[in-house]
Amino acid sequence: MPAPCKNGVLKQALTIASIIPLVLLLADCGGSTPQQAQTSVALPEAHVDQATAGTISGRVLFQGSVPVMPVIDMSSNPSCERQHSAPVKAQTFVLNKNGTLRNAFVWIKDGLPAARWTPPAEPVKLTQSGCIYEPHVVGIMVNQPLEILNDDPVNHNVHAESQVNPAWNISEPPKDEPKFRKFAAAEVLFPMTCSVHPWMRSFIGVSPHPFFAVTGDDGSFTLRGVPPGTYTIEVVQEKLGKKEGKLTLASGGNSTIDFLYGS
Amino acid sequence: MAVENTYHRGLHRWSILLAFCTLLLVVAGGLVTSRDAGLSVPDWPLSYGKLMPKMEGGILYEHGHRMIATTVGLFTIVSLVWIFRVDRRKWMRTLAISALMAVIVQGVLGGITVLLLLPWWISSSHATLAQLFFSTTVTIALFTSRGWLAGPSMIPEDSENPIRGLSLAAPICILCQLFLGAAARHKAIGSIYHICGAPFVTGVVLWVSMRILLHYARNPELRTAAVVLITITLTQVFLGVGAFMTRIAYADAPQPMPLMVTFTVLHVAVGALTLAASIVMAILVRRNLGARVTFPRLTADAVSA
Repeated sequence: MPAPCKNGVLKQALTIASIIPLVLLLADCGGSTPQQAQTSVALPEAHVDQATAGTISGRVLFQGSVPVMPVIDMSSNPSCERQHSAPVKAQTFVLNKNGTLRNAFVWIKDGLPAARWTPPAEPVKLTQSGCIYEPHVVGIMVNQPLEILNDDPVNHNVHAESQVNPAWNISEPPKDEPKFRKFAAAEVLFPMTCSVHPWMRSFIGVSPHPFFAVTGDDGSFTLRGVPPGTYTIEVVQEKLGKKEGKLTLASGGNSTIDFLYGS
Repeated sequence: MAVENTYHRGLHRWSILLAFCTLLLVVAGGLVTSRDAGLSVPDWPLSYGKLMPKMEGGILYEHGHRMIATTVGLFTIVSLVWIFRVDRRKWMRTLAISALMAVIVQGVLGGITVLLLLPWWISSSHATLAQLFFSTTVTIALFTSRGWLAGPSMIPEDSENPIRGLSLAAPICILCQLFLGAAARHKAIGSIYHICGAPFVTGVVLWVSMRILLHYARNPELRTAAVVLITITLTQVFLGVGAFMTRIAYADAPQPMPLMVTFTVLHVAVGALTLAASIVMAILVRRNLGARVTFPRLTADAVSA
Protein backbone atom coordinates (compact mmCIF):
# COMPACT_ATOMS: atom_id res chain seq x y z
CA MET A 1 0.00 0.00 0.00
CA PRO A 2 1.28 3.48 -0.69
CA ALA A 3 2.38 5.70 2.18
CA PRO A 4 0.58 9.04 2.45
CA CYS A 5 3.85 10.91 2.17
CA LYS A 6 6.88 9.26 0.73
CA ASN A 7 9.34 11.62 2.38
CA GLY A 8 7.86 11.47 5.85
CA VAL A 9 6.47 15.01 5.74
CA LEU A 10 3.50 13.95 7.85
CA LYS A 11 5.76 12.50 10.52
CA GLN A 12 7.90 15.62 10.61
CA ALA A 13 4.90 17.92 10.79
CA LEU A 14 3.39 16.03 13.70
CA THR A 15 6.69 15.97 15.56
CA ILE A 16 7.15 19.72 15.11
CA ALA A 17 3.56 20.34 16.18
CA SER A 18 4.22 18.42 19.38
CA ILE A 19 7.50 20.17 20.13
CA ILE A 20 6.56 23.83 19.52
CA PRO A 21 4.31 24.26 22.58
CA LEU A 22 6.93 22.60 24.80
CA VAL A 23 9.61 24.96 23.54
CA LEU A 24 7.33 27.92 24.23
CA LEU A 25 6.61 26.57 27.69
CA LEU A 26 10.28 26.13 28.54
CA ALA A 27 10.97 29.63 27.24
CA ASP A 28 8.38 31.08 29.60
CA CYS A 29 9.54 29.13 32.64
CA GLY A 30 12.88 30.85 32.42
CA GLY A 31 11.44 34.30 32.00
CA SER A 32 9.79 36.76 34.28
CA THR A 33 6.18 37.83 34.52
CA PRO A 34 5.40 40.94 32.47
CA GLN A 35 4.44 43.06 35.41
CA GLN A 36 6.24 42.24 38.57
CA ALA A 37 4.82 43.55 41.80
CA GLN A 38 6.59 46.69 42.91
CA THR A 39 9.15 46.06 45.57
CA SER A 40 8.91 48.18 48.63
CA VAL A 41 11.47 50.93 48.93
CA ALA A 42 12.80 52.28 52.20
CA LEU A 43 10.50 55.23 52.83
CA PRO A 44 10.08 57.24 56.03
CA GLU A 45 7.17 56.33 58.27
CA ALA A 46 4.17 58.53 57.47
CA HIS A 47 3.04 60.93 60.16
CA VAL A 48 -0.03 63.13 60.14
CA ASP A 49 -0.34 66.03 62.56
CA GLN A 50 -3.97 65.75 63.60
CA ALA A 51 -3.99 69.46 64.53
CA THR A 52 -3.53 70.43 60.90
CA ALA A 53 -5.32 67.49 59.23
CA GLY A 54 -8.46 68.21 57.27
CA THR A 55 -11.28 66.47 55.44
CA ILE A 56 -11.94 65.97 51.75
CA SER A 57 -15.50 65.12 50.82
CA GLY A 58 -17.69 65.05 47.76
CA ARG A 59 -20.12 63.12 45.65
CA VAL A 60 -20.01 61.07 42.47
CA LEU A 61 -22.88 62.16 40.25
CA PHE A 62 -24.37 60.83 37.04
CA GLN A 63 -26.44 62.55 34.36
CA GLY A 64 -27.69 61.01 31.16
CA SER A 65 -29.51 57.94 29.98
CA VAL A 66 -29.35 55.26 32.62
CA PRO A 67 -28.22 51.84 31.34
CA VAL A 68 -30.54 48.99 32.24
CA MET A 69 -28.74 46.33 34.21
CA PRO A 70 -29.55 42.77 33.09
CA VAL A 71 -30.86 40.16 35.50
CA ILE A 72 -28.30 37.50 36.43
CA ASP A 73 -29.24 33.99 35.35
CA MET A 74 -28.24 31.66 38.20
CA SER A 75 -30.03 28.61 36.80
CA SER A 76 -26.71 26.85 36.15
CA ASN A 77 -26.42 26.41 39.92
CA PRO A 78 -29.82 26.06 41.63
CA SER A 79 -28.18 26.31 45.07
CA CYS A 80 -27.35 29.91 44.20
CA GLU A 81 -30.77 30.64 42.74
CA ARG A 82 -32.59 29.34 45.84
CA GLN A 83 -30.87 31.90 48.05
CA HIS A 84 -32.63 34.81 46.38
CA SER A 85 -36.33 35.58 46.68
CA ALA A 86 -36.19 38.12 43.85
CA PRO A 87 -34.19 38.36 40.63
CA VAL A 88 -30.69 39.76 41.13
CA LYS A 89 -29.44 42.42 38.75
CA ALA A 90 -25.83 42.99 37.72
CA GLN A 91 -24.11 45.66 39.81
CA THR A 92 -21.99 47.07 37.01
CA PHE A 93 -23.87 50.34 37.29
CA VAL A 94 -25.95 51.28 40.34
CA LEU A 95 -27.61 54.69 40.38
CA ASN A 96 -28.84 55.98 43.72
CA LYS A 97 -32.17 57.78 44.05
CA ASN A 98 -30.39 61.11 44.45
CA GLY A 99 -28.67 60.81 41.08
CA THR A 100 -25.35 59.65 42.49
CA LEU A 101 -23.38 56.52 41.77
CA ARG A 102 -22.80 53.66 44.12
CA ASN A 103 -19.64 51.52 44.11
CA ALA A 104 -17.23 54.16 42.84
CA PHE A 105 -13.72 53.97 44.26
CA VAL A 106 -12.28 57.36 45.28
CA TRP A 107 -8.70 57.93 46.39
CA ILE A 108 -5.90 60.47 46.56
CA LYS A 109 -3.95 59.59 43.49
CA ASP A 110 -1.20 62.18 43.85
CA GLY A 111 0.05 64.91 46.18
CA LEU A 112 0.87 63.08 49.38
CA PRO A 113 4.50 63.16 50.47
CA ALA A 114 6.38 59.95 49.80
CA ALA A 115 6.01 57.93 52.97
CA ARG A 116 5.30 54.46 54.24
CA TRP A 117 1.81 54.17 55.65
CA THR A 118 1.20 51.39 58.14
CA PRO A 119 -1.85 49.32 57.16
CA PRO A 120 -4.45 48.39 59.78
CA ALA A 121 -4.11 44.91 61.21
CA GLU A 122 -7.86 44.42 60.92
CA PRO A 123 -8.72 42.59 57.71
CA VAL A 124 -11.12 43.85 55.08
CA LYS A 125 -13.84 41.28 54.45
CA LEU A 126 -15.00 40.02 51.08
CA THR A 127 -17.93 37.64 51.45
CA GLN A 128 -19.38 35.23 48.90
CA SER A 129 -23.03 35.12 49.82
CA GLY A 130 -25.85 34.02 47.55
CA CYS A 131 -23.18 33.60 44.84
CA ILE A 132 -22.63 37.35 44.90
CA TYR A 133 -19.60 39.20 46.23
CA GLU A 134 -20.32 41.54 49.11
CA PRO A 135 -19.22 44.29 48.94
CA HIS A 136 -19.07 44.78 45.20
CA VAL A 137 -16.12 47.17 45.41
CA VAL A 138 -13.47 46.75 48.08
CA GLY A 139 -10.97 49.36 49.19
CA ILE A 140 -7.90 48.04 50.96
CA MET A 141 -4.43 49.26 51.87
CA VAL A 142 -1.20 47.77 50.65
CA ASN A 143 -0.32 44.81 52.90
CA GLN A 144 -3.63 44.97 54.75
CA PRO A 145 -5.16 41.47 55.08
CA LEU A 146 -8.11 40.63 52.85
CA GLU A 147 -10.36 38.04 54.49
CA ILE A 148 -12.34 35.99 51.97
CA LEU A 149 -15.36 34.11 53.28
CA ASN A 150 -17.70 31.62 51.70
CA ASP A 151 -21.17 31.69 53.22
CA ASP A 152 -22.62 29.62 50.39
CA PRO A 153 -23.36 25.90 50.27
CA VAL A 154 -21.44 25.67 46.99
CA ASN A 155 -17.83 25.62 45.80
CA HIS A 156 -16.30 28.91 44.74
CA ASN A 157 -12.97 29.78 43.25
CA VAL A 158 -11.55 33.23 43.87
CA HIS A 159 -9.40 34.63 41.10
CA ALA A 160 -7.59 37.92 41.64
CA GLU A 161 -7.07 39.25 38.12
CA SER A 162 -4.45 41.77 39.23
CA GLN A 163 -1.84 43.07 36.81
CA VAL A 164 0.64 44.81 39.12
CA ASN A 165 0.32 42.40 42.03
CA PRO A 166 0.82 38.71 41.25
CA ALA A 167 -2.48 37.16 40.17
CA TRP A 168 -3.78 34.15 42.09
CA ASN A 169 -6.64 31.67 42.01
CA ILE A 170 -7.78 29.70 45.05
CA SER A 171 -10.65 27.34 45.76
CA GLU A 172 -13.03 27.90 48.62
CA PRO A 173 -15.34 24.96 49.37
CA PRO A 174 -18.68 25.48 51.16
CA LYS A 175 -18.39 26.87 54.70
CA ASP A 176 -14.63 26.61 54.44
CA GLU A 177 -12.28 28.44 56.80
CA PRO A 178 -11.72 32.04 55.68
CA LYS A 179 -8.79 32.61 53.35
CA PHE A 180 -6.42 35.54 53.90
CA ARG A 181 -4.45 37.34 51.24
CA LYS A 182 -2.41 40.59 51.01
CA PHE A 183 -1.45 42.82 48.11
CA ALA A 184 2.09 44.18 48.15
CA ALA A 185 1.64 47.01 45.68
CA ALA A 186 -0.87 49.76 44.97
CA GLU A 187 -3.30 48.85 42.18
CA VAL A 188 -6.57 50.57 41.34
CA LEU A 189 -8.85 48.82 40.23
CA PHE A 190 -8.78 45.12 39.33
CA PRO A 191 -11.49 42.43 39.19
CA MET A 192 -11.92 39.49 41.51
CA THR A 193 -13.88 36.75 39.75
CA CYS A 194 -15.32 33.29 40.22
CA SER A 195 -15.20 30.94 37.23
CA VAL A 196 -17.65 28.53 38.83
CA HIS A 197 -20.24 31.32 38.69
CA PRO A 198 -19.16 33.62 35.85
CA TRP A 199 -21.51 36.43 36.88
CA MET A 200 -19.61 36.86 40.17
CA ARG A 201 -17.32 39.86 39.92
CA SER A 202 -16.05 42.32 42.47
CA PHE A 203 -13.39 45.00 42.18
CA ILE A 204 -10.45 45.66 44.46
CA GLY A 205 -8.74 49.01 44.90
CA VAL A 206 -5.37 48.69 46.66
CA SER A 207 -4.20 52.04 48.00
CA PRO A 208 -0.72 52.83 49.36
CA HIS A 209 -2.28 55.12 52.00
CA PRO A 210 -5.49 55.22 54.06
CA PHE A 211 -7.17 58.04 52.08
CA PHE A 212 -9.69 56.18 49.95
CA ALA A 213 -13.40 55.43 50.02
CA VAL A 214 -16.10 53.56 48.15
CA THR A 215 -19.35 55.40 47.53
CA GLY A 216 -22.49 53.96 49.05
CA ASP A 217 -26.24 54.57 49.02
CA ASP A 218 -25.87 58.37 48.89
CA GLY A 219 -22.96 58.50 46.44
CA SER A 220 -20.82 60.53 48.80
CA PHE A 221 -17.30 59.99 50.05
CA THR A 222 -15.28 61.41 52.92
CA LEU A 223 -11.54 61.22 53.39
CA ARG A 224 -10.62 62.21 56.96
CA GLY A 225 -7.31 63.06 58.59
CA VAL A 226 -5.68 64.26 55.38
CA PRO A 227 -2.61 66.51 55.83
CA PRO A 228 -2.86 69.93 54.18
CA GLY A 229 -1.68 70.07 50.59
CA THR A 230 -2.66 70.08 46.96
CA TYR A 231 -3.99 66.76 45.73
CA THR A 232 -5.17 64.92 42.67
CA ILE A 233 -8.31 63.01 43.56
CA GLU A 234 -9.30 60.13 41.29
CA VAL A 235 -12.59 58.29 41.05
CA VAL A 236 -12.82 54.94 39.26
CA GLN A 237 -16.08 53.32 38.24
CA GLU A 238 -15.92 49.85 36.64
CA LYS A 239 -18.14 50.70 33.66
CA LEU A 240 -17.65 54.45 33.26
CA GLY A 241 -13.90 54.55 33.82
CA LYS A 242 -11.73 57.15 35.56
CA LYS A 243 -12.08 60.83 36.36
CA GLU A 244 -9.82 63.06 38.35
CA GLY A 245 -9.79 66.51 39.84
CA LYS A 246 -7.41 68.74 41.80
CA LEU A 247 -7.99 70.55 45.07
CA THR A 248 -6.07 72.30 47.80
CA LEU A 249 -6.73 71.42 51.41
CA ALA A 250 -5.90 74.14 53.91
CA SER A 251 -4.53 73.39 57.36
CA GLY A 252 -7.35 71.99 59.47
CA GLY A 253 -9.82 72.78 56.70
CA ASN A 254 -12.49 71.03 54.69
CA SER A 255 -12.53 70.76 50.91
CA THR A 256 -15.21 69.38 48.67
CA ILE A 257 -15.05 68.06 45.15
CA ASP A 258 -17.79 66.49 43.05
CA PHE A 259 -17.33 64.26 40.03
CA LEU A 260 -19.88 64.10 37.25
CA TYR A 261 -20.19 61.18 34.86
CA GLY A 262 -22.46 61.40 31.86
CA SER A 263 -23.52 59.22 29.00
CA MET B 1 9.13 0.46 0.17
CA ALA B 2 5.38 0.08 0.54
CA VAL B 3 4.12 -2.68 2.85
CA GLU B 4 0.97 -4.64 2.09
CA ASN B 5 -1.69 -4.29 4.75
CA THR B 6 -5.15 -5.78 5.13
CA TYR B 7 -8.33 -4.00 6.09
CA HIS B 8 -9.26 -4.44 9.73
CA ARG B 9 -12.85 -3.42 10.34
CA GLY B 10 -12.55 -3.31 14.12
CA LEU B 11 -9.54 -1.00 14.05
CA HIS B 12 -11.17 1.28 11.49
CA ARG B 13 -14.36 1.59 13.54
CA TRP B 14 -12.33 2.22 16.66
CA SER B 15 -10.42 4.95 14.83
CA ILE B 16 -13.70 6.60 13.81
CA LEU B 17 -14.85 6.42 17.44
CA LEU B 18 -11.57 8.02 18.56
CA ALA B 19 -12.01 10.85 16.05
CA PHE B 20 -15.61 11.38 17.14
CA CYS B 21 -14.65 11.46 20.84
CA THR B 22 -11.88 13.91 20.02
CA LEU B 23 -14.39 16.19 18.32
CA LEU B 24 -16.50 15.97 21.48
CA LEU B 25 -13.38 16.89 23.43
CA VAL B 26 -12.85 19.95 21.22
CA VAL B 27 -16.47 20.94 21.89
CA ALA B 28 -15.96 20.43 25.63
CA GLY B 29 -12.81 22.57 25.53
CA GLY B 30 -14.64 25.25 23.60
CA LEU B 31 -17.37 25.22 26.24
CA VAL B 32 -14.81 25.73 29.01
CA THR B 33 -13.46 28.88 27.37
CA SER B 34 -16.82 30.22 26.21
CA ARG B 35 -18.38 29.70 29.65
CA ASP B 36 -15.38 31.42 31.31
CA ALA B 37 -14.92 28.23 33.31
CA GLY B 38 -11.19 27.73 32.71
CA LEU B 39 -10.22 28.51 36.29
CA SER B 40 -13.25 27.10 38.04
CA VAL B 41 -11.07 24.21 39.23
CA PRO B 42 -7.89 25.84 40.56
CA ASP B 43 -5.90 22.64 41.07
CA TRP B 44 -4.58 20.01 38.67
CA PRO B 45 -4.35 17.05 38.07
CA LEU B 46 -6.95 16.59 40.84
CA SER B 47 -10.07 18.74 41.01
CA TYR B 48 -10.67 20.35 44.41
CA GLY B 49 -8.32 17.65 45.70
CA LYS B 50 -10.64 14.91 44.44
CA LEU B 51 -11.08 12.67 41.44
CA MET B 52 -14.74 13.68 41.22
CA PRO B 53 -15.78 17.06 42.66
CA LYS B 54 -19.37 18.22 42.86
CA MET B 55 -20.32 19.03 39.26
CA GLU B 56 -21.83 22.49 39.66
CA GLY B 57 -21.55 25.72 37.70
CA GLY B 58 -18.26 26.07 35.81
CA ILE B 59 -16.86 22.92 37.47
CA LEU B 60 -19.22 20.89 35.28
CA TYR B 61 -17.49 22.23 32.16
CA GLU B 62 -13.89 22.21 33.41
CA HIS B 63 -13.95 18.83 35.14
CA GLY B 64 -16.17 17.39 32.38
CA HIS B 65 -13.50 18.48 29.89
CA ARG B 66 -10.85 16.74 31.97
CA MET B 67 -12.91 13.53 32.11
CA ILE B 68 -13.47 13.46 28.34
CA ALA B 69 -9.77 14.22 27.80
CA THR B 70 -8.80 11.30 30.02
CA THR B 71 -11.12 9.03 28.03
CA VAL B 72 -9.64 10.20 24.73
CA GLY B 73 -6.15 9.63 26.12
CA LEU B 74 -7.06 6.04 27.04
CA PHE B 75 -8.68 5.51 23.63
CA THR B 76 -5.49 6.76 21.98
CA ILE B 77 -3.43 4.23 23.92
CA VAL B 78 -5.81 1.47 22.79
CA SER B 79 -5.41 2.69 19.19
CA LEU B 80 -1.64 2.59 19.51
CA VAL B 81 -1.64 -0.96 20.86
CA TRP B 82 -4.16 -2.07 18.23
CA ILE B 83 -2.19 -0.54 15.37
CA PHE B 84 1.01 -2.16 16.59
CA ARG B 85 -0.77 -5.50 16.71
CA VAL B 86 -2.48 -5.54 13.32
CA ASP B 87 -0.95 -2.81 11.13
CA ARG B 88 2.36 -3.56 9.49
CA ARG B 89 2.93 -0.14 7.96
CA LYS B 90 5.87 1.50 9.73
CA TRP B 91 4.69 5.04 9.04
CA MET B 92 1.30 4.15 10.48
CA ARG B 93 2.92 3.08 13.71
CA THR B 94 4.87 6.33 13.76
CA LEU B 95 1.62 8.21 13.30
CA ALA B 96 0.04 6.32 16.22
CA ILE B 97 3.03 7.17 18.44
CA SER B 98 2.79 10.82 17.36
CA ALA B 99 -0.91 10.83 18.29
CA LEU B 100 -0.14 9.50 21.75
CA MET B 101 2.65 12.05 22.23
CA ALA B 102 0.32 14.82 21.11
CA VAL B 103 -2.44 13.83 23.52
CA ILE B 104 0.04 13.64 26.41
CA VAL B 105 1.51 17.06 25.59
CA GLN B 106 -2.02 18.36 25.22
CA GLY B 107 -2.97 17.13 28.69
CA VAL B 108 0.13 18.69 30.24
CA LEU B 109 -0.54 22.00 28.47
CA GLY B 110 -4.11 21.94 29.75
CA GLY B 111 -2.93 21.39 33.31
CA ILE B 112 -0.15 23.95 33.17
CA THR B 113 -2.39 26.65 31.75
CA VAL B 114 -4.72 26.21 34.75
CA LEU B 115 -1.86 26.36 37.24
CA LEU B 116 -0.36 29.44 35.56
CA LEU B 117 -3.78 31.18 35.35
CA LEU B 118 -4.32 30.86 31.62
CA PRO B 119 -1.35 32.62 30.00
CA TRP B 120 -2.55 33.30 26.48
CA TRP B 121 0.20 31.48 24.61
CA ILE B 122 -0.19 28.25 26.58
CA SER B 123 -3.97 28.38 26.25
CA SER B 124 -3.69 29.19 22.54
CA SER B 125 -1.15 26.39 22.01
CA HIS B 126 -3.50 24.05 23.88
CA ALA B 127 -6.39 25.11 21.63
CA THR B 128 -4.35 24.81 18.42
CA LEU B 129 -2.80 21.46 19.33
CA ALA B 130 -6.33 20.22 20.02
CA GLN B 131 -7.23 20.97 16.41
CA LEU B 132 -4.07 19.26 15.15
CA PHE B 133 -4.73 16.22 17.33
CA PHE B 134 -8.25 15.95 15.97
CA SER B 135 -6.85 16.03 12.43
CA THR B 136 -4.42 13.29 13.41
CA THR B 137 -7.26 11.06 14.59
CA VAL B 138 -9.14 11.74 11.34
CA THR B 139 -6.11 10.74 9.29
CA ILE B 140 -5.77 7.53 11.33
CA ALA B 141 -9.39 6.76 10.48
CA LEU B 142 -8.63 7.53 6.82
CA PHE B 143 -5.53 5.35 6.68
CA THR B 144 -7.34 2.39 8.24
CA SER B 145 -10.31 2.64 5.87
CA ARG B 146 -11.15 0.07 3.21
CA GLY B 147 -10.97 2.74 0.51
CA TRP B 148 -7.45 3.77 1.45
CA LEU B 149 -6.21 0.19 1.57
CA ALA B 150 -7.80 -0.55 -1.82
CA GLY B 151 -5.27 1.79 -3.37
CA PRO B 152 -5.42 5.09 -5.27
CA SER B 153 -7.08 5.94 -8.55
CA MET B 154 -4.12 7.62 -10.15
CA ILE B 155 -4.61 10.55 -12.49
CA PRO B 156 -1.92 12.73 -13.99
CA GLU B 157 -1.32 16.24 -12.71
CA ASP B 158 -2.13 18.95 -15.24
CA SER B 159 1.03 21.01 -15.64
CA GLU B 160 -1.02 24.13 -16.42
CA ASN B 161 -3.18 23.65 -13.30
CA PRO B 162 -0.86 22.11 -10.74
CA ILE B 163 -2.44 21.19 -7.44
CA ARG B 164 0.10 19.17 -5.46
CA GLY B 165 1.88 22.14 -3.86
CA LEU B 166 -1.20 24.33 -3.80
CA SER B 167 -3.16 21.78 -1.80
CA LEU B 168 -0.82 22.36 1.15
CA ALA B 169 -1.72 26.05 1.22
CA ALA B 170 -5.21 25.35 2.57
CA PRO B 171 -4.24 23.48 5.78
CA ILE B 172 -1.37 25.88 6.46
CA CYS B 173 -3.61 28.94 6.12
CA ILE B 174 -6.39 27.30 8.17
CA LEU B 175 -3.96 26.38 10.94
CA CYS B 176 -2.70 29.97 11.12
CA GLN B 177 -6.28 31.21 11.18
CA LEU B 178 -7.13 28.78 13.98
CA PHE B 179 -4.19 30.06 16.01
CA LEU B 180 -5.33 33.66 15.48
CA GLY B 181 -8.81 32.65 16.61
CA ALA B 182 -7.42 30.93 19.70
CA ALA B 183 -5.25 33.95 20.53
CA ALA B 184 -8.28 36.22 20.19
CA ARG B 185 -10.36 33.97 22.42
CA HIS B 186 -7.65 34.07 25.05
CA LYS B 187 -7.48 37.86 24.79
CA ALA B 188 -3.92 38.09 23.46
CA ILE B 189 -5.00 39.96 20.34
CA GLY B 190 -8.14 41.59 19.08
CA SER B 191 -10.68 39.63 17.07
CA ILE B 192 -9.92 41.90 14.11
CA TYR B 193 -6.90 39.79 13.06
CA HIS B 194 -8.98 36.61 12.99
CA ILE B 195 -11.80 38.42 11.18
CA CYS B 196 -9.42 39.90 8.58
CA GLY B 197 -7.85 36.49 8.04
CA ALA B 198 -11.20 34.84 7.31
CA PRO B 199 -11.73 36.19 3.74
CA PHE B 200 -8.14 35.33 2.83
CA VAL B 201 -8.34 31.78 4.15
CA THR B 202 -11.77 31.27 2.59
CA GLY B 203 -10.34 32.51 -0.71
CA VAL B 204 -7.44 30.05 -0.55
CA VAL B 205 -9.80 27.17 0.26
CA LEU B 206 -12.10 28.10 -2.62
CA TRP B 207 -9.15 28.52 -4.98
CA VAL B 208 -7.75 25.06 -4.20
CA SER B 209 -11.13 23.34 -4.10
CA MET B 210 -12.38 24.94 -7.31
CA ARG B 211 -9.20 23.98 -9.13
CA ILE B 212 -9.80 20.39 -8.09
CA LEU B 213 -13.46 20.52 -9.15
CA LEU B 214 -12.59 22.15 -12.48
CA HIS B 215 -9.59 20.02 -13.43
CA TYR B 216 -9.53 16.86 -11.33
CA ALA B 217 -13.19 16.07 -10.71
CA ARG B 218 -12.93 12.79 -12.59
CA ASN B 219 -11.22 11.38 -9.52
CA PRO B 220 -14.07 10.63 -7.04
CA GLU B 221 -11.87 10.91 -3.93
CA LEU B 222 -10.62 14.36 -4.88
CA ARG B 223 -14.05 15.51 -5.98
CA THR B 224 -15.63 14.44 -2.69
CA ALA B 225 -12.82 15.97 -0.64
CA ALA B 226 -13.20 19.32 -2.42
CA VAL B 227 -16.99 19.42 -2.05
CA VAL B 228 -16.76 18.51 1.64
CA LEU B 229 -14.11 21.17 2.28
CA ILE B 230 -16.10 23.90 0.53
CA THR B 231 -19.25 22.95 2.43
CA ILE B 232 -17.53 22.92 5.81
CA THR B 233 -15.70 26.18 5.12
CA LEU B 234 -18.86 28.06 4.11
CA THR B 235 -20.59 26.69 7.23
CA GLN B 236 -17.63 27.91 9.25
CA VAL B 237 -17.88 31.41 7.79
CA PHE B 238 -21.57 31.54 8.71
CA LEU B 239 -20.83 30.37 12.27
CA GLY B 240 -18.02 32.91 12.55
CA VAL B 241 -20.35 35.75 11.62
CA GLY B 242 -22.88 34.44 14.12
CA ALA B 243 -20.26 34.16 16.88
CA PHE B 244 -19.09 37.72 16.24
CA MET B 245 -22.57 39.22 16.12
CA THR B 246 -23.75 37.47 19.29
CA ARG B 247 -20.56 38.55 21.07
CA ILE B 248 -21.33 42.17 20.21
CA ALA B 249 -25.00 41.80 21.11
CA TYR B 250 -24.17 40.41 24.57
CA ALA B 251 -21.13 42.59 25.28
CA ASP B 252 -22.72 43.99 28.44
CA ALA B 253 -24.14 40.70 29.69
CA PRO B 254 -23.04 39.76 33.22
CA GLN B 255 -22.26 36.21 32.12
CA PRO B 256 -21.75 34.20 28.91
CA MET B 257 -25.12 33.98 27.14
CA PRO B 258 -26.32 30.65 25.65
CA LEU B 259 -26.66 31.88 22.05
CA MET B 260 -23.17 33.36 22.04
CA VAL B 261 -21.76 30.19 23.61
CA THR B 262 -23.55 28.00 21.04
CA PHE B 263 -22.29 29.93 18.02
CA THR B 264 -18.75 30.20 19.37
CA VAL B 265 -18.41 26.56 20.35
CA LEU B 266 -19.82 25.40 17.01
CA HIS B 267 -17.35 27.75 15.31
CA VAL B 268 -14.50 26.09 17.24
CA ALA B 269 -15.74 22.58 16.41
CA VAL B 270 -16.30 23.29 12.73
CA GLY B 271 -12.87 24.96 12.69
CA ALA B 272 -11.44 21.59 13.70
CA LEU B 273 -13.44 19.91 10.94
CA THR B 274 -12.19 22.48 8.41
CA LEU B 275 -8.56 21.79 9.27
CA ALA B 276 -9.11 18.04 9.15
CA ALA B 277 -10.92 18.25 5.80
CA SER B 278 -8.13 20.35 4.29
CA ILE B 279 -5.45 17.94 5.54
CA VAL B 280 -7.37 14.96 4.16
CA MET B 281 -7.71 16.75 0.84
CA ALA B 282 -3.97 17.49 0.70
CA ILE B 283 -3.19 13.85 1.50
CA LEU B 284 -5.60 12.59 -1.16
CA VAL B 285 -4.07 14.93 -3.73
CA ARG B 286 -0.62 13.53 -3.03
CA ARG B 287 -1.96 9.96 -3.09
CA ASN B 288 -3.96 10.15 -6.30
CA LEU B 289 -1.85 12.41 -8.48
CA GLY B 290 0.67 10.93 -10.84
CA ALA B 291 3.35 12.57 -12.91
CA ARG B 292 2.79 16.07 -14.22
CA VAL B 293 1.77 16.14 -17.89
CA THR B 294 0.81 18.83 -20.37
CA PHE B 295 -2.61 18.24 -21.84
CA PRO B 296 -3.32 19.39 -25.42
CA ARG B 297 -5.44 22.52 -25.40
CA LEU B 298 -8.32 23.33 -27.72
CA THR B 299 -7.39 26.20 -29.98
CA ALA B 300 -9.78 28.53 -31.79
CA ASP B 301 -8.86 26.86 -35.08
CA ALA B 302 -9.60 23.43 -33.69
CA VAL B 303 -12.97 24.57 -32.39
CA SER B 304 -13.99 26.18 -35.70
CA ALA B 305 -12.85 23.10 -37.62
